[in-house]
Amino acid sequence: MIYDAVIVGAGHNGLVAACYLARAGLKVCVVEKNDWIGGAAVSRELYPGFTYSNCSYVASLFRPEIMRDLELPKFGLQILPYEGGAVFMENGDYLGMHRDHDANRREFARHSKRDAEAYDRYARDVLRHCRFIRPMLLRTAPDPSSFRPRDLSELAWLGKQMFGLSEAAMYDMIRFWTMSIGDFLDEYFEHPTVKAYQAVASIIGTALGPMSPGTAYVLLHHAMGDVDGNVGAWGFARGGMGSITKALKASLEAAGGEVRAGNGVEKILIRNGRAVGVALENGDEVHGKRVVSNMDVKRTFLRHVDEDELPGDFVKRVKAFKIRGSSGKLNIALDCAPTFTALPPNSPHMKGDMHFTDSIEKMERAYDDWKAGHYSADPFQDMMIPTMIDPTMTPPGKHFMSCFVQYAPPKIEGNDWTDADRDGFARACLDQIEKYAPGFKNSILHVEVRTPRELEKEVGLTEGNIFQGELTFDQLLFNRPVPGCAQYRSPIKDLWICGSSTHPGGGVMGAPGRNAASEILRDLRAPTKDMSEAYAVL
Amino acid sequence: MNVMKTTDPRLHYLTPLKQTPFHPRTAAENRLNDWGPWAGYTTALSFGDTAMEHSAIRNTASVYDLCPMVKYRVTGPDAAAYLDRLTVRNASKLSVGGVHYTIWCDDAGKVIDDGTLFRLGPTDYRICCQERHLPWLLDSAIGYEVAIVEETEDVAALSLQGPCTYSVLKAAGFDVADLKPFRMRTFPFDGGEVMISRTGFTGDLGYELWTTPAHAIALWDHLFAAGAPWGIRPIGTHALDIARIEAGFIITNLDFIPVDQAVREDRARSPFELGLEWMVDFDKGHFTGRRALLKEKVNKSSKWALVGLDIDGNVSVEGSIIYQNGKTEVGTVTAACWSPSAKRNIALAQVRRPYHESGNLFVEVYALRELQYAKLMLPARVCERPFFAPPRRRTTPPAPF
Repeated sequence: MIYDAVIVGAGHNGLVAACYLARAGLKVCVVEKNDWIGGAAVSRELYPGFTYSNCSYVASLFRPEIMRDLELPKFGLQILPYEGGAVFMENGDYLGMHRDHDANRREFARHSKRDAEAYDRYARDVLRHCRFIRPMLLRTAPDPSSFRPRDLSELAWLGKQMFGLSEAAMYDMIRFWTMSIGDFLDEYFEHPTVKAYQAVASIIGTALGPMSPGTAYVLLHHAMGDVDGNVGAWGFARGGMGSITKALKASLEAAGGEVRAGNGVEKILIRNGRAVGVALENGDEVHGKRVVSNMDVKRTFLRHVDEDELPGDFVKRVKAFKIRGSSGKLNIALDCAPTFTALPPNSPHMKGDMHFTDSIEKMERAYDDWKAGHYSADPFQDMMIPTMIDPTMTPPGKHFMSCFVQYAPPKIEGNDWTDADRDGFARACLDQIEKYAPGFKNSILHVEVRTPRELEKEVGLTEGNIFQGELTFDQLLFNRPVPGCAQYRSPIKDLWICGSSTHPGGGVMGAPGRNAASEILRDLRAPTKDMSEAYAVL
Repeated sequence: MNVMKTTDPRLHYLTPLKQTPFHPRTAAENRLNDWGPWAGYTTALSFGDTAMEHSAIRNTASVYDLCPMVKYRVTGPDAAAYLDRLTVRNASKLSVGGVHYTIWCDDAGKVIDDGTLFRLGPTDYRICCQERHLPWLLDSAIGYEVAIVEETEDVAALSLQGPCTYSVLKAAGFDVADLKPFRMRTFPFDGGEVMISRTGFTGDLGYELWTTPAHAIALWDHLFAAGAPWGIRPIGTHALDIARIEAGFIITNLDFIPVDQAVREDRARSPFELGLEWMVDFDKGHFTGRRALLKEKVNKSSKWALVGLDIDGNVSVEGSIIYQNGKTEVGTVTAACWSPSAKRNIALAQVRRPYHESGNLFVEVYALRELQYAKLMLPARVCERPFFAPPRRRTTPPAPF
């Protein structure tokens, strides 16, 4: 049996690519090292009756075009938009978030009257940047050094986007793409907690602090998603993030594709300079006319391809690709909901994202620990309780709490993480929550602690970087993952890459997987009738 | 829970739309519970019959709750100089007790908002406007000795409009016989004060009454008692909207997009493009946007024109696309109605220059009648605003009706 395509890794991008290829009539097989599927969009029951979102924990970026093309609602996917959110402040108060414009303004006004009236202009500017970048998500980045007609026309399109801007907007754009989120927010807001909340999306998944240049763009990466057409809205996948990959798998199987879980790829098989399949850890071989790797670029080329098959310069660039781990995760089964002393009773804020870092300075201090090779003593946490709106994940009255934690370095002072390090990391997080919700610790039934060590080992993310490579300007567009290799192809014929290491990057977006499938089908001159045009930005 | 609502400032989100100080009265009068949000307040869209309410504006006396209007107080020795710098009109020339309609622009000469400026004292002004601008106002104050305070919730205001309003005020004990348009005067009332300005948004004889929330209900009751013989009635936003279109007045975010909210850069408009160039005072010294506006004036580089349209027939043309020769798209209707006062089919529109002078314009209308559309291409002519301007709006003293 020779497949048309063997996809390595059943993460969301691998499955998205597989679905599109299968719908175009290709024989597709996805191989997955774990006994379960999902990659970083995964839900497992690690405590009886509790479904976790073990890695990624919120949805917004997943492209609606993909959900439609692959009929994911039909295959069971539901995204529940959420509201609320709060930053707990050192002084015992909090800054809450509201979807209602007036409520949000009044909440800001509790802390700063000026900031309350600054939000509209800020939102306009962020939306302007989003509108610029969104049309690029479902397009293959042009190769600026190529003279192929398609590259030239894509470059021209990019140029038109750029030159369609006024002079002032162009200045703003370039500044925005390169400046720190701290500096960007200083141009709008005065209150430290208002800024700290807005900065959250800029540091998540990034081994940089809010004062590091380049972090403003990362904000955009999180702000440009939508739930059911509500730009910037976020939601939970009902039943946990694994529901996304479960729906993808069902869609794939309905289109005739296969998934083989439980055996990882040992080696990508290369004959006469062409990828011809994979050798699995158990010695089995799966043969295909092409191999599509959903693994990150380092894992793909530095661990599963012989170095002598690759050009030296390419290997050098892949080695230099920044994929530094910056985060960890705590998944907690709770006997009851925590009580945060700052919040009023029945507060809607607990339905959203909660944080304990009330200033940019505090966030930067947490990053200082990372630089020194430590997990943060006073970490930044993006804490959610999805069971506040999705009761399907736990028994009635119980809760699942997801804590995304920064910062956690890939190594502790240059050494591998030990179990003691992991326990210390978990303690810092739990102590922080306990401080704002006394008694919380007593309600814990089970905790899954994932440091970069676990993320790399279990999920396969090099250094535990959740985006398969940092989203800084030097690693975007035609430079992602490495210059000259941004069109989902590799120096080895018939070896493709489709993970978040490629344009447009990480998050449960699906765009890299779809774009890779699009390139493969183009290469085959196969019809792409099941791939709808990216929605226009009017 | 009710107790907590009033005492705990954190619980504002339970009532995201606030009630104005007049709510106990407007709620009692709102027969159909026809409410809409305006700047964070619950406001009456109608009290039950928009046509009758509009008739009150033009034939008797109408009362509109103005409280949601955003208000800023500007005080200090440099208040006049600051407002000269901020706005395009000459605020120093505005005498104490005077009011003028004004706009302010960004550095590129694009309009941020319009509003009315009240000179309450030599160093004391109030700005009333549609949108919120605290950061812009504070940043513009750098180098000026002024204090800027947002005071929306500290003021309760009613707009009393219609030909009988002078008589109503007289019956209420407020002598405004010699109060000219755009002037104001303060009267003692209910142990406090009420300031009455001869201003409004209807293009008719009318006044606006300003007090503090503590005296709001007393003011309402006093006006309605005094105005009963003239058929005074509360009106909602729908009726006011017809009157303001007849008067040719524009509203921020309906007839133009304020530059600081325009996501699409090309939506921003200059005063020239909104028909407001008459108020730009290039001789008063520097003001924000002056350089860009002077350049636009010299180069005649304005791209748009805001015009009044007179349209054939009696089918109202809200939101329609405007064509020249029936095929070239040249603009959009921003507000429209059949005018009961002028007996004309009227509209405000943004038209791309030079088509505002080209003639031969048509308005495309899809008129829904019992689930089927009548597709109409109606001839339209650019015409003078206001569409309806009774002399009584300016006569001083006003004639008794």
